[in-house]
Amino acid sequence: MLLLFLAALSITSCKDKQEDEVIVYNKNPEAQLNTDSATQTKIITEMPATFGIGRKATNAEIKAWDIDVRADGKGLPYGSGNATEGKVIFTQKCAACHGKEGEGGAYARLVGAMGDTVKAKTIGNYWPWSTTLFDYIRRTMPYNMPGSLKDDEVYSLTAYLLYRNKIIDSTKNIDAKSLPKVVMPARQYYVDDDRRGGPEVR
Amino acid sequence: MERPKEEKEYSFNDSKKINRRLLLGSVAASAVIALVKTTTGQLVPAAVPKPVSVPADPTKLQGPPPGTLGTRSPFEQLAKKTSDTSSRTPLQSLYGIITPSDLHFERHHGGVPVIDPTTYKLVIHGMVKKPMTFTLNDLKRFPSVSRIAFLECSGNFRSGKQEMTPQEICGLTSQSEWTGVMLSTLFREVGASPKATWFLAEGSDASVMTRSIPMGKGWNDAMIAYGQNGEALRPQQGYPARLFLPGWEGNTNVKWIRRIEVSDQPFMTREETSKYTENIKDGKIRQFSFDMDARSIITFPAYPVQLDKGWVEIKGLAWSGRGKILKVEVSVDAGKKWYPTTLQEPVLDKAHTRFRFLWKWNGHETEIMSRAIDETGYRQPTLQQLTDARGADMGGYHLNPITAWIIKRDGSVLFKPEKWK
Repeated sequence: MLLLFLAALSITSCKDKQEDEVIVYNKNPEAQLNTDSATQTKIITEMPATFGIGRKATNAEIKAWDIDVRADGKGLPYGSGNATEGKVIFTQKCAACHGKEGEGGAYARLVGAMGDTVKAKTIGNYWPWSTTLFDYIRRTMPYNMPGSLKDDEVYSLTAYLLYRNKIIDSTKNIDAKSLPKVVMPARQYYVDDDRRGGPEVR
Repeated sequence: MERPKEEKEYSFNDSKKINRRLLLGSVAASAVIALVKTTTGQLVPAAVPKPVSVPADPTKLQGPPPGTLGTRSPFEQLAKKTSDTSSRTPLQSLYGIITPSDLHFERHHGGVPVIDPTTYKLVIHGMVKKPMTFTLNDLKRFPSVSRIAFLECSGNFRSGKQEMTPQEICGLTSQSEWTGVMLSTLFREVGASPKATWFLAEGSDASVMTRSIPMGKGWNDAMIAYGQNGEALRPQQGYPARLFLPGWEGNTNVKWIRRIEVSDQPFMTREETSKYTENIKDGKIRQFSFDMDARSIITFPAYPVQLDKGWVEIKGLAWSGRGKILKVEVSVDAGKKWYPTTLQEPVLDKAHTRFRFLWKWNGHETEIMSRAIDETGYRQPTLQQLTDARGADMGGYHLNPITAWIIKRDGSVLFKPEKWK
C-alpha cells in the first residue's frame, strides 16, 4: 500500500513528462527491453554527442600550462637574448652537465657543427628546428631546477647554443620573430616514416 | 589416514634444501628496501632476497591468516634490470602474456612524479569548440574500455656480448590490460575540429614531456588509461592517467598526461626530432616512426639456462604494432629450415602472443631462433635485412631483428650477437 502511494506520488510529482522517460543506449535497436511500468523507454542507438561531464577550462589554467612552442614560432613569448648573455648563463647553470662550452660532460654533448668530425648527435648536426631548443630548454632545464629559467634567459641560451654550433653569429638578437627564421642545417635530411607493414623491410 | 610417503619426504627434504640455499644467498638480508648506487651515483632500490623461515613440514604448522595484500613467494626473486635511464622486464621469468604491473619496464625522462589524484586534471584545448578540464573522476564517469596490448620502447634492442638474457636484449616491452576512456569520446566532448590534424600530448613530470600525435590515431584507438591489470595505473606507468596508443612506440604514450592541445601541424618537440628518430640510407633521418614492427624472441632456452638433452619446449613471445601475429616460425638449425609453432590463445591485436615448439635436442651444438609474421604479411627481418634496407649507419630505434641463441654441446645457451657497424 505504501509502495503504491509512493509510486503515485512520484508520478504525479513529475510534471515534466521527460523526467519520466527512461533513456538508455543500445547499439542494437532491436534489443527488447522488458518494460511493464508506466515509464517510457527511449533507446538511443547513437552515442550521445556529449555526456556533459567535465567543465569549461578557464583561460587562466590554459595559460598556466600552454607553454609549447610550435615549429612556426607560435607560442614563443615576449623577450629576447643573445649569445654573449647566453654564455654567462650557460657557465652558471648548464656547464656542469654539458661541459664548459657545450662539448659534453656527464650528459649530452650539445655542440658539433654540421661537417665536423663529432660523432655525437648535436644541435648543429641533428636538430631540425630552432624553435625546439627554446621549447625544450624552457620546459625542463636545468636538470636540477627544471622550468626555472626566465624567458630572456632561455632566449639567450638558445642564441648561445646556435652560435656555438655555427648557425648564427655571436651578436644576433634572438626573439619570437627571429628564432623561427633560423634554419637548422639538419632539417633537409628529415623524412617521414615510410614503413607500412607488408612484406617489404624498410 | 596415512599420507603417501613420497609426498611427505618431498616436502620435507626439498623445503629444507631451499631454506639453506636461500639463507646462504641472503647476505645483506634486511626488512627495509636496500638502495644501490649505479655508475653515475644514482640511488635505485635493489632486489635483496629476504630471509625465509621454512618449516620442516608445512602440514604440521598453521600458516599465517589471510592478509590485506597478497605477496609474491619469497622464493621468486623477480626483478627489473635497471640502468640510469630505464629498467627492463625479466621476459625469461614470466608466463603467459600479462606482465605483472611491478615488472612493467620503465623509461622516464624526468623521473616518476607524485601526483595527487584528487587534484589531478586533464586540459584539452586548441582547435576545439569548447576547451575543457576533466578531473580523474570525470574521466572515470565516461564510458570505459579495456584492452590487452603491449607497450614497447622503440629503443628496445641491445647486443654486443654472448652473456645476455632476453631481459637485457629486449626487456623494454611489457603487456597489460589497460582500462580507460577512448580519446575519441573526449574529442567529441570538447568538439575537436574536423580540420585538426595533430595533437600535442604533454605529461606532468619534470621533463613536461611532449609528443605530437596525428589526430587519426586519436580518433581511432587512442585511450586515456587510468587502469592497469585490474587496479589503478602504477606511478611508473603514469598514475593517475596516461595516453595509451596501441602498437605505437612507447615514448608517444605520454604518462602523467596533463594537457592535450589540438592543432593543425606537429609541434616538432625534442623527443620527436633530436630523439626517437633514426638514421636511414643516404644520410636521411626518419621521423614520426610510430608503429612497432613485428618481432619475436625465444625466452626459453636462453642465456643463462643450462639445457638438458632430450625434449625441450621452446617458448617465446611475438608481437606486432600493426595487428595480430599470424604465425611464428622457429629454426633449430641456424636458419636453414623453419617450422611453424603453436600460438597460445588468445592471439590479440597489437599484443604479446605466446608461441611454443617441441623439439628433441640431441646434444649437438646448434643455433635456435624465431621469426614473427603479422597479419599485414610482414616477416621479422634479420639484422642483415635491416642493414640492407636502412644502411650501415642505421640508428638504434625500431630494431627488431631475428635473435639467435647458440646451444653448446655442454648445454650452455649463449646469445649470438651480430655486428652491423
